[in-house]
Amino acid sequence: MTQDHLNFIFIGISFAIYIGIAIKSRAGSTKEYYTAGGGVSPLANGMATAADWMSAATFISMAGTVALSGYDASRFLMGWTGGFVLLTILMVPYLRKFNKATVPDFVGDRYYSKLARGVAVGCAIFICMTYIMGQMRGVGVVFSQLFGISITSGVIIGGAIVFFYAGLGGMKGITYTQVAQYCVMAFAYTIPAIFIAMALTGNVLPQIGLISDYTAGGEAIPFLEKMNNINTELGFAEYTSGKLSKINMFCITAALMCGTAGLPHVIVRFFTVKNVSAVRKSACWTLLFISVIYLTAPAIGAFARVNLIEKLHDTSYQEAPYWLQEFEETGQMAWIDKNNDGKIQYYGPSKSLAGSHAVFQGKKPSYPNLEATDGQLVGKHGQRLLANKVDTSNPNELWFGNDIMVMANPHMAGLPMWVIALLMAGCIAAALSTAAGLLLVLSTSISHDLMKKILKPDLSDKEEVRYARVASFLALALAVYFGINPPSQFIAKTVAFAFGLAASSFFPTLLMGIFSKRMNREGAIAGMLCGILFTFGYIIYFQFLDGTPDQYLLGITPEGIGFIGMLINFAVAFLVSAFTPAPPQEVQDMVENIHIPSGSGEASHH
Amino acid sequence: MKDAPSHFYRRACLRLVLGLLAVWFSVSFGCGILFREWLDAKAPQIGSAPFGFWMAQQGAIICFVILLVVYAVMMNRLDAKHGYTEGQ
Repeated sequence: MTQDHLNFIFIGISFAIYIGIAIKSRAGSTKEYYTAGGGVSPLANGMATAADWMSAATFISMAGTVALSGYDASRFLMGWTGGFVLLTILMVPYLRKFNKATVPDFVGDRYYSKLARGVAVGCAIFICMTYIMGQMRGVGVVFSQLFGISITSGVIIGGAIVFFYAGLGGMKGITYTQVAQYCVMAFAYTIPAIFIAMALTGNVLPQIGLISDYTAGGEAIPFLEKMNNINTELGFAEYTSGKLSKINMFCITAALMCGTAGLPHVIVRFFTVKNVSAVRKSACWTLLFISVIYLTAPAIGAFARVNLIEKLHDTSYQEAPYWLQEFEETGQMAWIDKNNDGKIQYYGPSKSLAGSHAVFQGKKPSYPNLEATDGQLVGKHGQRLLANKVDTSNPNELWFGNDIMVMANPHMAGLPMWVIALLMAGCIAAALSTAAGLLLVLSTSISHDLMKKILKPDLSDKEEVRYARVASFLALALAVYFGINPPSQFIAKTVAFAFGLAASSFFPTLLMGIFSKRMNREGAIAGMLCGILFTFGYIIYFQFLDGTPDQYLLGITPEGIGFIGMLINFAVAFLVSAFTPAPPQEVQDMVENIHIPSGSGEASHH
Repeated sequence: MKDAPSHFYRRACLRLVLGLLAVWFSVSFGCGILFREWLDAKAPQIGSAPFGFWMAQQGAIICFVILLVVYAVMMNRLDAKHGYTEGQ
């Protein structure tokens, strides 16, 4: 049995399970469509939220980011988990008590304004759209590798599957499918890590392996010391030290945390459970399930880096392991023999005067087109040749994408085939679960917040669900389109947007709405607009216009600017509300009321 | 709405939330970012990992989980004390 057959079997079985669950638990009413009828158990909701939260990018690239940047990657590890603490103790119990189906609903009612609701709907749609594009692309890439089809058909197949169970099943169908998907993801992520930890350090738990001794190379040496030695020897920054400035690190982490706490598609997950006390319990489960993956990622990253360097650096190409050629085929690794010695050299930026370790010019490898002769396609050692110009300012010869750290890990460690098949299934589960959750929030935002609450208030329940289904179809069609034609680097850059936007718009607005009785319509709208405009302007200037790094405000990169935008939002909101009339009495009573946990009733949307 | 029990309840909740936020800030931003170098050098190592580095990559996440468990338990206790518990 070949690897391909095993991959098909694993993915086929997992799909059969997802679709079976989706059909069995499809939604019948609007209530079930939006919030699964409000009766999901905290444990199931925790798993589903964890699956929803961890996207294909998290699953595939995070360990790679840790491997490349060591300490600096902690901003993602802390940012994306710490946000759940804010989310749980400051937001969701109160929003659940408020008892509405969507986040713009709360904003609209709390600030008694259609404009505020409109701004919130706009932000929610933008954030979800940004995310879902990346997911569709991810599904397409994995499918194309698996079945040997083009990325275009991969994206279309993925889109069809997501539509089938998200559009039909609604929140109820999605929630139970995601439970299954979480299980697949967790096993797929941790099992290879356990095998590798045993091989490298003799410990079963990867987390313990990370802080104990490296034993695979004969004498035992502390693992992280080994990492630091390798890194400095090859000309990289010390693994445990990092390169980012303190203030930048602080702002990025804070922006990611506050952004997480303001993401509408995460918040609505907690509307599916029975009452406020179940929300708290469910949040514990969610973070616990997420931390299983997040605590493993640093270990996987570090192990993969040691493995990669030990296996490839200063090895002649002909003796290099088989997977190098496989990844060259898919364009995820590349080798250029700069010094013509037939050996692979891997060096960091401090080995050259220019301070770079680029192998070639340009961001990604490009290859000669089909008409090229054999001499242009294959080098004298059998390596795949690139069309890029060689960067001769440094001695580094090896290029690899972030994504391969997770995907190549089992190959590098020589793990059995079924582990690789499981990993493929996990990766697809990660992409599908996130895409489905986002699609639902997107369609709800359009049908409920935009159509029913703003444009057509006399919509019946049935029509609303129909609108939601049409909206999810259109949104998915758009996402598939952008998945096939990604606006160049756009998707990666817009991730900064999504978090910056959530941190500078939803987080402060919701927080003030919950904790300040005095905060009024004028303050909230002014604050939101200032926060968004500042963050947007900064990101657009540096990502899409010609801003250069030396113009950064206090050295803060666009990734972290959402934190400053958030502070601006708070400041403006308090200032404006101090000079404008207090909100009406019934709104103040409402704020008082959401702090009393009992009587939240069933989640509804009226 | 401004009856005395709910007032006490809210004060207690606020104290709990602020306390947890203080811990949240010090384990992540404090240990993992602001005082990392100092902790790397002076604090005892976790296994073979420098303390600040370990906090940033592992410790903070573990603390977050514990924080949420504490929050759920304490809030449920507060609810019960003030009679806001609902049937499970």
